[in-house]
This record gives sequence, structure tokens and C-alpha cells, in this order.
Amino acid sequence: MSDIVCPENLVYKKPSTLKDAIMHYCPGCGHGVVHKLMMEVVEEMGIQNDIIGITPVGCSVFAYNYMDIDMEQAAHGRACALGTAVKRLYPEKYVFTYQGDGDLAAIGTCETMHAANRGEKMLTIFINNGIYGMTSGQMAPTTLEGAKTTTSPYGRDVETMGYPLRISELIANLPGVAYVTRQAVNTPANVRKCKKALKTALEYQKQGLGYCMVEVVSNCPSNNKCTPLEANKFVEEQMLPFYKLGDIKVPEGK
Amino acid sequence: MAKVVGEVVIDTERCKGCELCIAACPSKCLSLSNSINVHGFQYTVQSGDNCTGCASCALVCPDAVITVYRKVNK
Repeated sequence: MSDIVCPENLVYKKPSTLKDAIMHYCPGCGHGVVHKLMMEVVEEMGIQNDIIGITPVGCSVFAYNYMDIDMEQAAHGRACALGTAVKRLYPEKYVFTYQGDGDLAAIGTCETMHAANRGEKMLTIFINNGIYGMTSGQMAPTTLEGAKTTTSPYGRDVETMGYPLRISELIANLPGVAYVTRQAVNTPANVRKCKKALKTALEYQKQGLGYCMVEVVSNCPSNNKCTPLEANKFVEEQMLPFYKLGDIKVPEGK
Repeated sequence: MAKVVGEVVIDTERCKGCELCIAACPSKCLSLSNSINVHGFQYTVQSGDNCTGCASCALVCPDAVITVYRKVNK
């Protein structure tokens, strides 16, 4: 052990709010990065006992095994409905829902839209990887035009299958929504920006400004049938030109 | 001796060998091991001594296995 490795030289370590359990996610999956960022924010803000998370159905259904905070698991797509209940029962607590694109943009569109329109003071973390992960690679509403999946083997044809859905732009039009941003976790710089966005959203929630959504454009190496590095390249070259990064809506005067 | 020196400690048993950290490292001092861990994954090891402790590898690591140390020589 060299003289560099000692507590006073520590620059970065796993947040204590993230459990030691080995995550079940595939190697290189963006879920792990977002779990880690959320737990870093919780640790830095010192709100481990004051935050309640809602997990979805999908790859991240077992998020409660990894985040050392109070969590509940919702029925498929209904995380925002459950989040509404939790926030109204415990208005002094922070509440966030953690949902993928199959959960939020397909089966849960109704619950999400209405929770946003009511201006529920909670945060939704929306992981958008453009494909159904847990059920092994079917076409999602957010799948890019022309992308090949198991249910669109010749590529997504917009004539019969419709266009990819930009949920964040849709939600930003609703008056109850305070903050909508789109981030990615494919590079160290984007990871830093994503963490800042999560922290900002929780601060806005504390101020009671309204519904906040942080969309994270993520990868899916297993179902895109490529290596994690190729999956991140796909995010950079194919997804980010369509799902443009940046703040879509910020509260007035912020 | 370099002014800023860093070192990473990798929890090799939790590493899944996705190689994202290797691609993210600006000083190219990480590489995959020749052996495997208990789960059958090749894991990342620090192979170069030019680490600056920038923590880019730890930021992109999905499994939070990397701890970064940095020392400034005066």
C-alpha cells in the first residue's frame, strides 16, 4: 500500500447510502450510475431519513435492494400515483419516483401526466434507454425511428408504429411542472451535470415549486446486442441528436 | 516526481468488467486483468503509474467499485 492511499488524500468513494449489494444490472448499465448519483446527492444533503423513493416495474424494480433509504414498490406504471399518496401523507418528506421508459412512457403515461398536471411536489427520475430492458428488448415508445428491436425486426416504421415520444417536452408544457431537464450518463462530464440536476430538482421540491422531472438518456448494452462502450457510442451518436440534452423548463426567476 | 499523483483502489470482486472506466481515463492507466473474479468477470486494474486522481473512472463506474486518492507533492 503506497503513501497515496490514506484518508486525507481521498477524492472519491462510494456513497455510504448505497448498499454493498452487487447490483443485478448488466455490466455497463446506466441504472447503476444514476443509483449512485442519487445516493451521493442524498448523502451530501443529509436527507437519508427524510426521503422516500418509489420504484417501478422494469429493470430497476429492485432499486430498494441498493438504495439505503425508505422505498416502496409501485404497480406497473403507477409510481407517480403512489408518489402522490406518499407526498400528501408526508408533505415534509422528499419524494421521488424512479422509472424507466417502459414504465413511465408506455403503461404509466396517464398517471405521470396527471401527477405532473396536478403539480405534485415530487421528483421523477426518468431513465430513457429507448428499449424495453427487463422483457428482453421490445420496442418502447421512445425507440428511435428505424431502430431494430425484437418487435420491430425491420426497424421502427413511423407509418405503422408512430414516432418516438419526447416525454420531457410534452410534460414541460403543463402548468404544474416546475423543472424539466434532460441529462445523460455516458461521459464523466455528463455524469457531473446529471448529479447537479438531481440536486437542483430536490432543492426545488423543498421550496415547493411543483413537479420536477430529470430525464436521463441511458444505454442498454444487452438488448442493443453490443458492448457497453458501443452502447455508449450509440447513445452519443444516435440518441443524443434526437433527445437533446439540457434544461427544458426551469422555474421563473431561477 | 509528478506534482499531482493519484491512485485508485478497485473492489475487484464487485467489478463487472464493463470497461467504461478504461475508456473514460484521460491518462490511460487502467486496463483489464488477465484473471477473473468470483463472478467470472475480468476486472479493471491500475496498470500505469501516471494516474492524476481525476476520478473520471469512478464517476462513470455503474457499480461504484472505484475509490480514488490524490496527493499533491509540494
